[in-house]
Amino acid sequence: MLKKRILISGNEAIAEGALRAGCNFYAGYPITPQNELIAYMAKYMPASGGVFIQAESELAAINMVYGASAAGARAMTSSSSPGVSLKQEGISYISGSRLPAVIVNIMRGGPGLGNIAPAQSDYFQATRGGGHGDYRLIVLAPAGVQEAYDLTQTGFYLADKYRIAVMILGDGILGQMMEPVKLSTKKITASPLRPWALTGCKDREPNIVKSFFLREGDLEKFNLKLQKNYEVIRKKETRYEGLLLNDAKVILVAYGTMARITKSAVSQLRLAGKKVGLIRPISLWPFPEKAFQLRNKKVKYLVVEMSYGQMVEDVRLAVNGSAQVDFLGRSGGGIPSEEEIINRVNKLI
Amino acid sequence: MEKIFAHPEALYDVSTHYCPGCGHGIAHRLVAEVVDELGIREKTIGIAPVGCAVVAYDYWKFDCSEAAHGRALAVATAIKRVRPQNIVFTYQGDGDLAAIGTNETIHAANRGENLTVVFINNAVYGMTGGQMAPTTLLGQKTSTTVNGREKEKHGYPLKISEMLALLPGVCYVERVSLHNPQGVFKAKQAIKQAFKNQMDNSGFSLVEVLSPCPTYWGLSPKESLDWIRDVMQKEFPLGRIK
Repeated sequence: MLKKRILISGNEAIAEGALRAGCNFYAGYPITPQNELIAYMAKYMPASGGVFIQAESELAAINMVYGASAAGARAMTSSSSPGVSLKQEGISYISGSRLPAVIVNIMRGGPGLGNIAPAQSDYFQATRGGGHGDYRLIVLAPAGVQEAYDLTQTGFYLADKYRIAVMILGDGILGQMMEPVKLSTKKITASPLRPWALTGCKDREPNIVKSFFLREGDLEKFNLKLQKNYEVIRKKETRYEGLLLNDAKVILVAYGTMARITKSAVSQLRLAGKKVGLIRPISLWPFPEKAFQLRNKKVKYLVVEMSYGQMVEDVRLAVNGSAQVDFLGRSGGGIPSEEEIINRVNKLI
Repeated sequence: MEKIFAHPEALYDVSTHYCPGCGHGIAHRLVAEVVDELGIREKTIGIAPVGCAVVAYDYWKFDCSEAAHGRALAVATAIKRVRPQNIVFTYQGDGDLAAIGTNETIHAANRGENLTVVFINNAVYGMTGGQMAPTTLLGQKTSTTVNGREKEKHGYPLKISEMLALLPGVCYVERVSLHNPQGVFKAKQAIKQAFKNQMDNSGFSLVEVLSPCPTYWGLSPKESLDWIRDVMQKEFPLGRIK
């Protein structure tokens, strides 16, 4: 593969990243603002030898991902907020059956049909499981097109490593905007070792993929196994970016597209001599709690989101009462602007 | 001496959890016998439904997947597309296939997925305690149609097999019945044909099996078989539909 940079949208970068991570099954259903992703898969998946299916619904799409993963494929689906709500049933079953999968949510405004403006209002849904049962997803939040490409590849790697579903959580701006992307030089084609996959029981005992444990005690045992897996992930897989934190009196906290705008505000404030920094969580689950601990108690946090306060709850849990945590957020079409952020910081300092 | 009857290799030698007189045990065995006779056990992947047959994988000795209620044909579609060399079938009840999963059923059929479907129609939801199914007959009493199914309130028994037969992607649809030994024999032939079609890459095949549920019909096992013959078959006539 050539070492080259191409100009590409976030949606396309996620699709290309997936293909180069060995994704060989994609099922999806059209919804704005992620349609470039399904179109890219329709165009390029067959040529790379994989399976593309336009499903009859998001429900069918996620259940196709269930089947494909059960059969040993590296499987992915993508959608946007209302569609991801529909997928929750399947995501719960995928988690209960310990199937690796990558699910992309390019968030738009809600609740309900909402609108097609970018938003970050599905943070709770993504990080709290979303469907029924005690399960978690690894949730990765890229803030640019290159990172969307890279984290999609990381997502496939983590999904296989931990037999878990990984969500790539972006928003309509990330999905639509175009930036240059440096493509990875190697393509992962080898299918991962999956001794549990359904391949036909030649020369072995039959495999069963299921999430049903009716006998007394069995489900609790299984759930404890899941929790153990989550504990390892919590310890090993937190990701964040810290910027200008050492002398910061106010630390801004934002993820994804919102972190880009916040970063601009940080630059402006620093130029004005204000001691501000930024924590940008990249893994939303597991949440990078350590980034918030062992800090000067006089530090104030300002969480900025395109929602009415979702990630701020995780920041408050991480800080655990040891510092002041303020919030600035808009959603439903509004995006907190650089000026709004600067004004709020100036009130805090 | 020639051995002419044996326990199928594709069926574990265990007792089932089904009620006395239930048809699932027979239908499971027919699938297992067909899989053995076609020599495909080592490449068969079954999709167990949500419903009474949810643990069918405890009885079949080949690879199996669970599917969420109604989603068996979405799961099966993907497995077959990923592994076209395997033989993939779903085993679904009437609620699973013709109520909550109607969308998945129609679209898998319409795409002409090269799959085999064993559709168990017992006109009732068994697992959850005998509620109205899409195939419940008019007048049939269930826990949610206490005075019997009324067309004005509940609509008519859904003939999903006849509907599916209209789709060009569907190559084979037959309705069979487990009410007597001849019926069981014919059911096996139909199931075998549906598997053979997949081996020949012919497309979507479905066998609807009228199957007794004495527990939620409020009848004895013998009465249930007679009810299939005398009542159920009038609404759901047997034979090749496509």
